[in-house]
Amino acid sequence: MLRRTLLAAAMTLAVVPAALAQAGAPIQIGAIEILSGPNAAYGTAIRAGLELALEEVNEKGVLGRKITLVIEDSAGNKDQAINAARKLIGRDKVVTIIGPTLSNEMFAAGPVANERKIPIIGTSTTAAGITAMGPYVFRTALPESDVIPVTLARAQAQGAKTIALMYGNDDAFSKSGFDTMKAAAEKAGLNILAIESFGSKDTDFSAQLTKIRALKPDAVGISALVEPVSGVLLQARQLGFGKETLFIGGNGSNSPKLGEIAGAAADGLIVGSPWFVAKDDAQNQAFVSKFRAKNNKDPDQFSAQAYDCMHILADAIARAGAAEPEKIRDALLATSYNGVMGPFTFSPGRDPASTAGVVVLVMQGGKFGLAP
Amino acid sequence: MLAQQLVNGVLLGATYALFALGFTLMFGVLRVINLTYGFYFSAGALLALWMTRLGLPIWAALPLAAFGAGCIAVVFDWILLTRLRRIQAPELSSLMVTLGGVLALYSALTSWLGPDIRRLPPGVVSADAFHVGDIRITTAQILILAATTLLVGALLALMHGTRLGLAIRAMAEKPDAAQLMGIDTGRAAAMVSFISGCLAGAGGVLIGLNFNAIHPYMGETMMLRGFVVIIVGGLGDIRGALLAGLALGVIEVMTAGYVSSGLKEAVAFLILVAVLWTRPSGLFGRAVLRRA
Repeated sequence: MLRRTLLAAAMTLAVVPAALAQAGAPIQIGAIEILSGPNAAYGTAIRAGLELALEEVNEKGVLGRKITLVIEDSAGNKDQAINAARKLIGRDKVVTIIGPTLSNEMFAAGPVANERKIPIIGTSTTAAGITAMGPYVFRTALPESDVIPVTLARAQAQGAKTIALMYGNDDAFSKSGFDTMKAAAEKAGLNILAIESFGSKDTDFSAQLTKIRALKPDAVGISALVEPVSGVLLQARQLGFGKETLFIGGNGSNSPKLGEIAGAAADGLIVGSPWFVAKDDAQNQAFVSKFRAKNNKDPDQFSAQAYDCMHILADAIARAGAAEPEKIRDALLATSYNGVMGPFTFSPGRDPASTAGVVVLVMQGGKFGLAP
Repeated sequence: MLAQQLVNGVLLGATYALFALGFTLMFGVLRVINLTYGFYFSAGALLALWMTRLGLPIWAALPLAAFGAGCIAVVFDWILLTRLRRIQAPELSSLMVTLGGVLALYSALTSWLGPDIRRLPPGVVSADAFHVGDIRITTAQILILAATTLLVGALLALMHGTRLGLAIRAMAEKPDAAQLMGIDTGRAAAMVSFISGCLAGAGGVLIGLNFNAIHPYMGETMMLRGFVVIIVGGLGDIRGALLAGLALGVIEVMTAGYVSSGLKEAVAFLILVAVLWTRPSGLFGRAVLRRA
């Protein structure tokens, strides 16, 4: 009798913790971001947004469990992004992956996740064709093709009739942004005078700018990451570009770093943005003040997109009723979330459905403001 | 436009030459393709940034930052390479040691300072541009041209007009024989590291000033061009580095300006291949590789 009781007690002891673990074990979510190397600024901004949202989510928990975020560094390298996706899926058993940071990394890592039927959500991947990779590839970033036409319409309203285009020719983000910009400029009836390219790690753009200056376009559109855009603007001012030329940035220019690096040289540049730090709805203001308190600096667009994405994902897991990739995918498709970027739903093609939140910003005195 | 493009090319070439001077010296004498060189470049720029933020004028920050980078170079060269030099390790192991070393240094620096691009405080150097007809040149660009010319002159004078230069050249020629002749090769090696580090640091400050973008990885992005310049110029050849740097800059700018900006690198690197194909020891190199 005693033996049986003991045995039963031992069995209960053995079973109960396992059951507890089942209910209480954290839900594993993965993220692949650039945390080292020359483009680490993007990944660290995204990480800050994700972590802030994660704290808020974990205050209440999801399905009675907490979420653990496993972040892998891709260093901006496609192969490393693929390895990170394999590791997150294989070893960490994540149910969803957020990231990677750059579109060309997404083109590498997206198929890996899609093949294993793990949802993967880009927060900053704006290139064309991302979500066409498969039914498990999502993005919360507005594709550039939705933002650029709004910016170009503003330039035309300011009197621009001719434009020269410049782009970084060695990353998918810049190249795809350029394709979009070129198509949108043609559609808008702008006369394209010149198309010049450069490498995203270049520091000298004098040859291209000298050529463009001789053609005297009304506007210069630049599709590149913020560092080369800053370099282009600094050098353009050295070469004598003045107020008569309107500089138009693609998505890469939409970062406070532009003002920090290029200073007054960036004054007058306009850029379309799905989000703005000074947008004065209560939810956005709460996000901005929390972010400042935690990170001692203003959030940028990348942090805001990541912040929303984490909430959208947590919301989807809660609605899915179980932390299973297949159910999360279906729940994501039915998302209707009101975040700091505005109202959010996915299109059937897993892209953001609405462009209502797009604003045009203008750089003045090293800071972006809403264009008048 | 042609005149401005020529000026653009010469200025770009001067930055390549400026970067390559210490690199080619280090290789020519110490016979190690020292990849940590790019780090000293970054370090010089960051030191100058820190000093100007403390309120030091640029004319004081420039030599101090160069000196600081020189000291850093001596220390890391000593740590990474002394042992390998003593056991006369093959060149490939030294190359890999410096590769590992420089990656560690870049990452450490990035995790300490962050990856952000920093700017020198506004007004450190006048932003005014000088106009000659239709051509514009900024103060920072004139500084780069002047510094490159001055440093090449000083280096040549040092190498060919002083006892230290003689010792360094002897060591470049044949280290064992130099040692037998009573030259303290350890000390000469340290001097070469120091001078190269100073040159890298000065280059970092001036190039950072011109493009106004200072970050831990700025040296790495210059390395590829640095390689082209020292190989085409002839390893260890100071005049060769100057000419090859200028040539590379002008070719890149002319290709971008008159052919296609997308072909800029293709043309530049095709020329590298063509040069090495016809002249394996560099455009200005003689049959004997090592000169300083």
